[in-house]
Amino acid sequence: MHPNLSFEQAPPISVPYRFLLAAPWFGVLAGILLAWVGGDVLGSRWTPEALALVHLIAVGFMLQAMSGAMFQFIPVAVGGNVSRPLLVANVVQPLLLVAALLLVAGFLFGAPALLSAAVPLFLVGVGVFAVVVLLALWRTPATGMTIWTMRLALAGLVVTVLLGSLLAEALARGLALPLIPLTNIHLAWGLGAWALMLVAAVSYFVVPMFQLTHPYPLWFARGFGPFLMLLVLIWSGLWLREDTSLAQASGVLLATACAAFGGITLWLQYTRRRKIDDATSLNFRVAMIALLVFAVSAALMAVQPQWAEDPRATVWLGMLAFPGVFVSTISGMTYKITPFLNWLHLQRLGAPIAAVPNMKKMIPAEAMTGQFRLHVLALGLLLAAVWLPALTRPAGLAFAVSCAWLGVNVIRALQNYRRFRDQIRASVLHH
Amino acid sequence: MSTTQPLFQHHKHCDEIFADAEEACAKGNWSAGEKAFAEFAGQLETHFLSEEEVLFPAFESATGMTSGPTEVMRGEHRQMRDLLAQMKVSLDNRDDDGFSGNAETLLIMMQQHNMKEENILYPMCDNALGGSDVGTSIASRLAGS
Ligand code: HEM
Repeated sequence: MHPNLSFEQAPPISVPYRFLLAAPWFGVLAGILLAWVGGDVLGSRWTPEALALVHLIAVGFMLQAMSGAMFQFIPVAVGGNVSRPLLVANVVQPLLLVAALLLVAGFLFGAPALLSAAVPLFLVGVGVFAVVVLLALWRTPATGMTIWTMRLALAGLVVTVLLGSLLAEALARGLALPLIPLTNIHLAWGLGAWALMLVAAVSYFVVPMFQLTHPYPLWFARGFGPFLMLLVLIWSGLWLREDTSLAQASGVLLATACAAFGGITLWLQYTRRRKIDDATSLNFRVAMIALLVFAVSAALMAVQPQWAEDPRATVWLGMLAFPGVFVSTISGMTYKITPFLNWLHLQRLGAPIAAVPNMKKMIPAEAMTGQFRLHVLALGLLLAAVWLPALTRPAGLAFAVSCAWLGVNVIRALQNYRRFRDQIRASVLHH
Repeated sequence: MSTTQPLFQHHKHCDEIFADAEEACAKGNWSAGEKAFAEFAGQLETHFLSEEEVLFPAFESATGMTSGPTEVMRGEHRQMRDLLAQMKVSLDNRDDDGFSGNAETLLIMMQQHNMKEENILYPMCDNALGGSDVGTSIASRLAGS
């Protein structure tokens, strides 16, 4: 029993905001890079630019946004107590920001010293974050599959960063390691065991909550996370033994698991009670469709190896996963988290609820749906640009503008928070 | 049946009438919206009262915890009642922006509140109150509403 259980441990509003404010601008950088280089930069996954782009989204956009969301989500949603959130955020965020920029610059300029410099920053930044969050997730009295799946996702993040660090050191020092198998293992941990795992954990919670859908079937919520983890382990073992054909077979299973998650989520949305669509539900729908297309493409490539021979095929998968699945889900979540965050903190100022502006006053709805439409356009262009290099520049540009718009919407939410806070404080003083 | 099972199910029932009220008002069908809203507000109030008058006191006397989770839940009930009042004002003024904004806020507030109850407080209550007749008395309150 926890006699002091209070649920009132939401961190200062600046903690989640600083991460959500930073994340979109990494997407802007990625878009600008694409538009700048143009041409056939998407012709292969191994170009310096491709590696830089992947990590601008992965350790820039995604890691920032997902860390910020975790700081908010764990105390408010699952009653976990992240200790000293302000201190932890003050340490972790600068480390991760600098590390991401160093890693990306290291890839782009082929500079081993920069790759090496990024490694300790990632290890300390993610290490501190993981310890603090795991402690919070371990101590919460709450039960449910969201929490278990989050613990798995955190383990996935730690392994991804360890493997990424190993790869970076291998590249920087020219260590004789099997780079391609290790990269395939690293990316499965990053995309599967960390990012998709976290999206699943959060979805179990928010998909029913935002849209009044049925809950995920219990067998699925219980089984999906552990099964995904098991498949990533099998995939890793097979790649370590360099058993390429079996590894590809396990890839088909991984793709099937992704498809199951995407399919069930779409089905829940389709049969939901709350029929009103907003930027969040639309972003989730796009993400799940991208996940299904990803799964089908990956499975086809595994059973028809001649299709996988075109180096663009893997880039196509990356495009579906990063901008398609993860940028969409994160944008959708940002559009619920920031308005609720504002409201939660404003109503604590002591004014009557009638004086607290409601959630829809935080970011104009047209700004969110307009940005969503641009994101879909950018995604379509990016996917087409994989096959039509002439589209690379416009696609990069569209993605940059779309991410900048997302960034501006978050800034606007914060400005509205400050404005409303000052109004409420002034009126409370008056009474 | 566990002590809190009826409350758990009643959450789902409240969700459904919430969706009816929201949808009707979003479509500008104010009279249907008014009906659904009145039903929703009534059911939610019955739910809150069942917890505040039956479940929470029983839990508090069984565990001695009077200033812990139940106190926080009472505070959140207060906030949701205030939001309901705001929705009512918007409904009376036929103010669809105000109504939908307050409905959205109440929905998120209500859902995260329900999650905390279902994942934390209800399991604690089921442990502390197993074998008592609290569950039956809650069930009859909810059924009689
Ligand atoms: C945390 C989330 C991360 C994700 C989702 C992720 C994802 C990926 C992906 C998809 C690739 C393959 C790129 C391609 O095929 O073009 C890759 C490669 C790589 N990653 Fe990461 N990564 C993450 C973090 C890191 C970190 C923290 C580091 C370094 C400290 C790192 C270092 C590397 C290196 C060096 C490669 C390239 C290996 C090579 O060229 O042989 N990654 N990563």
